Amino acid sequence: MFDKSEEERIGVYVCHCGTNIAGVVDVGSVTHFAADDLKGRGVVLSREYTFMCSTTGQDLIQKDILEQGLTRVVVAACSPHLHEGTFRTACERAGLNPYLCELASIREHVAWVHTDHAAATAKAKAIVSGAVERVRHNEPLDAIHVPIDAATLVVGGGIAGLQAALEIADAGHEVYMVEREPSLGGHMAQLDKTFPTLDCAACILTPKMAAAGAHPHLHLHTWSEVEKVEGYVGNFTVTIRKRPRYVLEDVCTGCGICIEKCPIVVVDEVHEAGVGFRKSIYTPFTQAVPNIPVIDTETCTYYVKGKGSCRACEKFCPTEPNSIVFDQTEQRITLRVGNIVLATGYDMFDARRIPQYGYGRLQNVFTSLELERMCNAGGPTGGRVTLRDGKTAPRTVGIIHCVGSRDRNYNNYCSAICCMQSLKLAHLVRERTGAEVYNCYIDLRTAFKDYDEFYQRVLDEGVHFIRGKVAEVSDVPRSPDEEGKLFIQVEDTLIGMQRRVPVDMVVLSAGLQPRHDAKQVGQTFGIACSSNGWFIEKHAKLDPISTMTEGVFVAGCAQGPKDIPASVSQGAAAAARVLMRIRQGQLALEPVRASVLAERCSGCRLCNGLCPFNAISFDPVRRVTDINSALCQGCGTCVAACPAGAIQGSAFSNEQVLAQIEGLLLTNLEPEAELA
Amino acid sequence: MANDFEPVIIGFTCNWCSYRAADVAGTTRLKYAPNVRLIRLMCSGRIDPTFVLKALADGADGVLITGCHPGDCHYLEQNYKAMRRHRLLQRTLAQLGIEPERVHLTWASAAEGAMLAQTIDRFVEQVRGLGPLRWPARPRPAAPAAGHAEAAEAAQVEEAAS
Repeated sequence: MFDKSEEERIGVYVCHCGTNIAGVVDVGSVTHFAADDLKGRGVVLSREYTFMCSTTGQDLIQKDILEQGLTRVVVAACSPHLHEGTFRTACERAGLNPYLCELASIREHVAWVHTDHAAATAKAKAIVSGAVERVRHNEPLDAIHVPIDAATLVVGGGIAGLQAALEIADAGHEVYMVEREPSLGGHMAQLDKTFPTLDCAACILTPKMAAAGAHPHLHLHTWSEVEKVEGYVGNFTVTIRKRPRYVLEDVCTGCGICIEKCPIVVVDEVHEAGVGFRKSIYTPFTQAVPNIPVIDTETCTYYVKGKGSCRACEKFCPTEPNSIVFDQTEQRITLRVGNIVLATGYDMFDARRIPQYGYGRLQNVFTSLELERMCNAGGPTGGRVTLRDGKTAPRTVGIIHCVGSRDRNYNNYCSAICCMQSLKLAHLVRERTGAEVYNCYIDLRTAFKDYDEFYQRVLDEGVHFIRGKVAEVSDVPRSPDEEGKLFIQVEDTLIGMQRRVPVDMVVLSAGLQPRHDAKQVGQTFGIACSSNGWFIEKHAKLDPISTMTEGVFVAGCAQGPKDIPASVSQGAAAAARVLMRIRQGQLALEPVRASVLAERCSGCRLCNGLCPFNAISFDPVRRVTDINSALCQGCGTCVAACPAGAIQGSAFSNEQVLAQIEGLLLTNLEPEAELA
Repeated sequence: MANDFEPVIIGFTCNWCSYRAADVAGTTRLKYAPNVRLIRLMCSGRIDPTFVLKALADGADGVLITGCHPGDCHYLEQNYKAMRRHRLLQRTLAQLGIEPERVHLTWASAAEGAMLAQTIDRFVEQVRGLGPLRWPARPRPAAPAAGHAEAAEAAQVEEAAS
């Protein structure tokens, strides 16, 4: 059955990974097994080492390739997703084709998941045996080089996306930025101050927005969404759906007369978080970029009452031609880009989901975002903090931390920003109203630069801290003088007592959660979401910027909750990755592709309908099927389907997989017991 | 007897979701039964029914097929093809006199390490309940002293002796 055992010289290297592997798997026994029992399968040497991925470990392999004439290498260590590249490169340095190296995962798939040492060792032997059988059928391959289009798509115009877009555009490359809302800015544009320095959010954000708006290499598509992504790294074709603004972007000067004249006032649920108002024709805020209004057709009289009604905006528009176009339609724009940065941000946790905190039921329970808007000088109250009546300043305020976060009923995770956000709001409320502020927290998490100092400062300012998870917020008074107050029921765990704190205003420090449509967006871009719903990065520690889809990067809260400095860092890191790709000009891809052996193809065309990338076509003259290797993504579905075995799948050939199955089954789980 | 039986199971994983789920189970140190030996393919659509039959013929008592959730396939829709093949294969197995429950299909996203670990544990128990396959009626090859062919020969000799 096997024809290659004679000529192949296979080296097997078993890694201890410190005690990660050696603590459970008898590495010595696995090494001896490879040397003795797999001798007949082409193994000429087998070694163990503490850390194969170290320079010394790699040198060991390189030396053996050169001195012992190894033709194939098997490294039994961690998952190939971690170190396949490391060992392939080591082989390449010694002159061996990198695809003749095979990794056997005995850490993630054995040592870390099993406790029975004998069973784990037996399984490790089976996996090594499988890899040895497989590697004998590996073919030397050359990486596929694809050119990288220098244009980049950035999705999301919040602070992370802005940072990424500006850095790439500043380097002189074209950037297309797609933003769902009418203006750039994201959540940061809603904030008043930013912790811990209390910089005004608008003061540090608007220059970046303005720079993006005026940048010669940055092309904005606001009020737009990405509808479809085709192609692959270096060569994506992206379709953008541009919703109608009913205002001509290239004619409108942003004078704002239309907004002034519009007679319809509605509650702004998006930018003002429901506490402020806007017109039917509006920009979300005064510093909007682009400074071009949109018409909300759900409330505009022209659309609600029928054509011919109102038209105030059109009448007063001073531009020539008139910027208002009531019958503007949706547009589709197709772009070609080489890389994509996804910075789609987060949604606020909906505090209504926790009924015992009373949001939406008790008038003076606010969310942190509502308070944020009230504190903002550009917000609905011009920076005054008031109760729901819009007049009365609160004299006592309770801030509840971890609303919807660190709670099994809602979100398990820590939203990372709420502690600092609550401290900042406590400071702002005290500064604006002089009110007594009670912060009810589970734990205070003030890691990172200058954060704990800020906590100390807020303590010194006289803010009260109660350590305990709030049970309930109620409005039931116990005496006539308590009428109109809210009561926070909380166990103060530091003094071991139940407390009932009467306050005028309650602020719920709501956590962050993934965008409601994150899963769908992920599907559009071919990336997955974690069980919590955040986009999954390639590696949690070593590569929190890339995704499993080449050419698609993540930045900001789309990948997980984070604060502004972390979002900016990740945006800049994504830009650096993209710029590296553009600078390289081309990217080496895994040579995993299907190809047709024309002489074996019967022209049955069974495979023709299987390819979602349209890589398979039928040549009517030669009456055989062809596969376009530029379009092929290497899934191997057609290889499995071909009844004649005429389609070859490189790196995952039938021979390799069948041999690996045999190898895995050469040993048994408990050989002694089975043989007895 | 049934309690002592340790089934051997071959698991097929896809590079993007289920193999990553197995990696996640590892990095989070979840524990599951050591009976499943995984093979990484690029996609569940790559699974040729021959692979499954080969595994069963070579001594596996069960085969676990895993891939990305429907709609999440890295190759858009190829896991649906795996699903079709799995259904057909189960019918074929039944016709061959093999319990179709020996071949199980499950979806696991790259985040679902815990789910995959649980599925593996459940499937191992399911196959344990079915008992050894021993198909086609020969003992599993012993740990080979040398080549596979020789191992098979050794096993035959043993059978003759007993």
